[in-house]
Amino acid sequence: MAIHPPEQRLWWKEHVERTEIIWIAVAFVWGLIMFSTMIAWHVYGRQNLANEAYRVRPEAYVAKVETLAATYKVGEDGASGVPIVRPPPGGDAYLLARIWQWWPILELEKGQSYRLHLSSADWQHGFSLQPVNINIQVHPGYEMILTMTPSEAGEFGIVCNEFCGIGHHTMTGRIRVVEKGEK
Amino acid sequence: MAAITDAAGAAGVGARFRTCPVTGLKVERQAELLIRANAVAAVVFLLVGGLFGLLVALTRWPAVHLLPAEWFYIVLTGHGTNVLLFWIIFFEIAVLYFASAILLNCRLATPRLAWLAFALMVIGGMMVDVAVLQGDSTVMFTSYPPMQAMPHFYLGLILFAVGALVGCFIFFGTLVIAREEGTYEGSIPLVTFGALTAAIIAVFTIVSGAIILIPTFLWSLGIISYIDPLMYKLVWWGLGHSSQQVNVSAHVSMWYLIAAIVLGAKPLSEKVSRTAFFLYILFLQLASAHHLLVEPGISSEWKIFNTSYAMYLAVLGSLIHGMTVPGAIEAAQRKRGFTKGAFEWLRKAPWGNPAFAGMFLSLVMFGFLGGITGVVVGTEQLNLIMHNTLYVPGHFHGTVVAGTTLAFMAGTYLLVPLMFRREIMFKRLAQWQPYLFGLGVAGISLFMMGAGTLGVPRRHWDITFSDAVIPYEFSPAAILMMTLNGLSAIMAAIGGFAFILIVVCSILFGKRVDGAEMRKRLDVSPLAGAVGQYGSAGTIKLPGTIILVAVFFVAFVLYYYVNWKYLAQLWPLR
Ligand code: HEM
Ligand SMILES: [Cu+2]
Ligand SMILES: [Cu+2]
Repeated sequence: MAIHPPEQRLWWKEHVERTEIIWIAVAFVWGLIMFSTMIAWHVYGRQNLANEAYRVRPEAYVAKVETLAATYKVGEDGASGVPIVRPPPGGDAYLLARIWQWWPILELEKGQSYRLHLSSADWQHGFSLQPVNINIQVHPGYEMILTMTPSEAGEFGIVCNEFCGIGHHTMTGRIRVVEKGEK
Repeated sequence: MAAITDAAGAAGVGARFRTCPVTGLKVERQAELLIRANAVAAVVFLLVGGLFGLLVALTRWPAVHLLPAEWFYIVLTGHGTNVLLFWIIFFEIAVLYFASAILLNCRLATPRLAWLAFALMVIGGMMVDVAVLQGDSTVMFTSYPPMQAMPHFYLGLILFAVGALVGCFIFFGTLVIAREEGTYEGSIPLVTFGALTAAIIAVFTIVSGAIILIPTFLWSLGIISYIDPLMYKLVWWGLGHSSQQVNVSAHVSMWYLIAAIVLGAKPLSEKVSRTAFFLYILFLQLASAHHLLVEPGISSEWKIFNTSYAMYLAVLGSLIHGMTVPGAIEAAQRKRGFTKGAFEWLRKAPWGNPAFAGMFLSLVMFGFLGGITGVVVGTEQLNLIMHNTLYVPGHFHGTVVAGTTLAFMAGTYLLVPLMFRREIMFKRLAQWQPYLFGLGVAGISLFMMGAGTLGVPRRHWDITFSDAVIPYEFSPAAILMMTLNGLSAIMAAIGGFAFILIVVCSILFGKRVDGAEMRKRLDVSPLAGAVGQYGSAGTIKLPGTIILVAVFFVAFVLYYYVNWKYLAQLWPLR
């Protein structure tokens, strides 16, 4: 029994039944398949993280986002007063996480690729684009860059899914995706 | 009353033994008392933490929305710490002492130190709870910087961890004493081997914890000025994730233990089961990566290698146990004469015995709910569609609640008669308890995962965003998931409180049991005592187990690729 010492003193020399060997082989191969799937997706798949990131001082990042927001501002959201910023298609889009908002509202063109920069001014936050359901961790002190290509037009919400204090559940933002050339 | 023999001469001063009438093992008084103390502390923290869990779930049910925001986050922090750390680890210390001193017929090493460890853990746990309830340490059990808790929050965690570490070393010490004094022959039993695995990983885990929590404590005192948030996560999850492997090792040992005591089941192959445990030790440390899959600046090569535990070799360990445990049960049942068709052994299993029922539910749910989803959420790219959504708590309520907690509850139904020598009270309620709790937890797990798939964030007070300047609305399906989650939580809570009621009442007021009567009341196999002698279980054909494993495997493969399909519909990312 499992609560008594093994009957065969040299248990590591024991004979193993075929059923068990087959299952171990199947499970092992399945592990290799899953392992290869991750690698294959880097070659053939279209959803991978670039892992490009730089250390940045939070103040410097805030200043950068504010400057670019002023440059590419195209309007303001009526209810919240948050600026709407339309970065050049194919260019860099900056998003700032801070307690408790995602700033500014980005307006992107469908089918264009953007280098999206993400960082935080204070705590960690969780970038969660809904209902697309892309979720990325945002750290203060690290500027992460990923190339994103919106493939559908519409209004998308950004919620925060890393606990960031008492206002965590009010931390939202927005990405608008418009058809090419649309204003 | 069982015979109490004074073996002081042979086994050192003060070691007093009695012989257990069910297992024939020699039980030392101090070991018994320490097992009792740790188990009782575990149950108390489960009560506190379970209550917090219910409050959290009721608040996340949009139509009920029970607590105000501030209290929600306080209670959520308390839930994580009390159940994940205090309940589980206290119980594990009890398991370690049982698997060493009791199963090896040995006295426990340095009982005084064991009491000190116990005191440290109690003080540490209470200190954390005070800090959390004071309201200035609402940082969740993960306490990611730069968010900061009060110093006594970290100090409490450190004291608790030191106590647990001492407990591990007492376990090792007991193994050494048993070997030197020759209290058993040959190799240690499989259950002890599993516990050894757990203890080795626990040491690694606690050292990681010390490496990160001590500087964090100093930082909270203002002595250190900066803790890098990414570095913190890497090392903290060396504690946080590896400790989950401690849980897996401990509850797999518990499965083998219960199967052995209730059914007289013996492992199909000692070699295979032990190798599977050994794989845990070799590869589990890598799992910190599970929590860094969408963090900035980490290479994909590192993520893929580590998140898969070097090509899923630790997962392989669990897949092996997933077959050998039901296989051992089937073999034992067939030996007892339940040989008709593929499943007579399963139909005629002792489903009315809460120890067996809890154990088998734990086995099935750990595999289907916790295991499969764990591999999926830990896949580098798939993590993008799940990270920090409710899918994550959904997954680990499948592992650590449906798996570990239910297995420990099941084990308690044996522990009470064996170690407290009391009969289980409220027999009827006890029969239903594993099903109530199990079904409730299955619901929590599934509906949180459902909500997470729809994007609902974890640790979130208000998914209707009524106070947000920029509104967002989740689909009605997501709201429905949260409602069903709340209902399941009520059921799980009833099951949990039933467990605590049964255990506490039995310990305090249960009828004392002894001798042959105890074996009858425990509902254990008549073979159990003698089973050490019969032939290798591996020679028996196991059609039922093969079918079960095949079903599991097909579910695994399908679910894995369904998620890739879902990922493929996302906006392209590079
Ligand atoms: C009555 C039983 C239980 C219920 C109703 C319950 C319910 C919940 C709910 C609703 C959450 C919140 C998810 C969120 O908002 O992010 C949660 C989180 C959690 N639960 Fe449970 N749970 C129960 C038992 C347990 C047990 C026994 C354990 C551990 C052994 C456990 C471990 C955790 C952990 C670690 C978290 C994460 C806390 C965090 O995000 O900081 N739960 N639980
Ligand atoms: Cu946030
Ligand atoms: Cu947040």
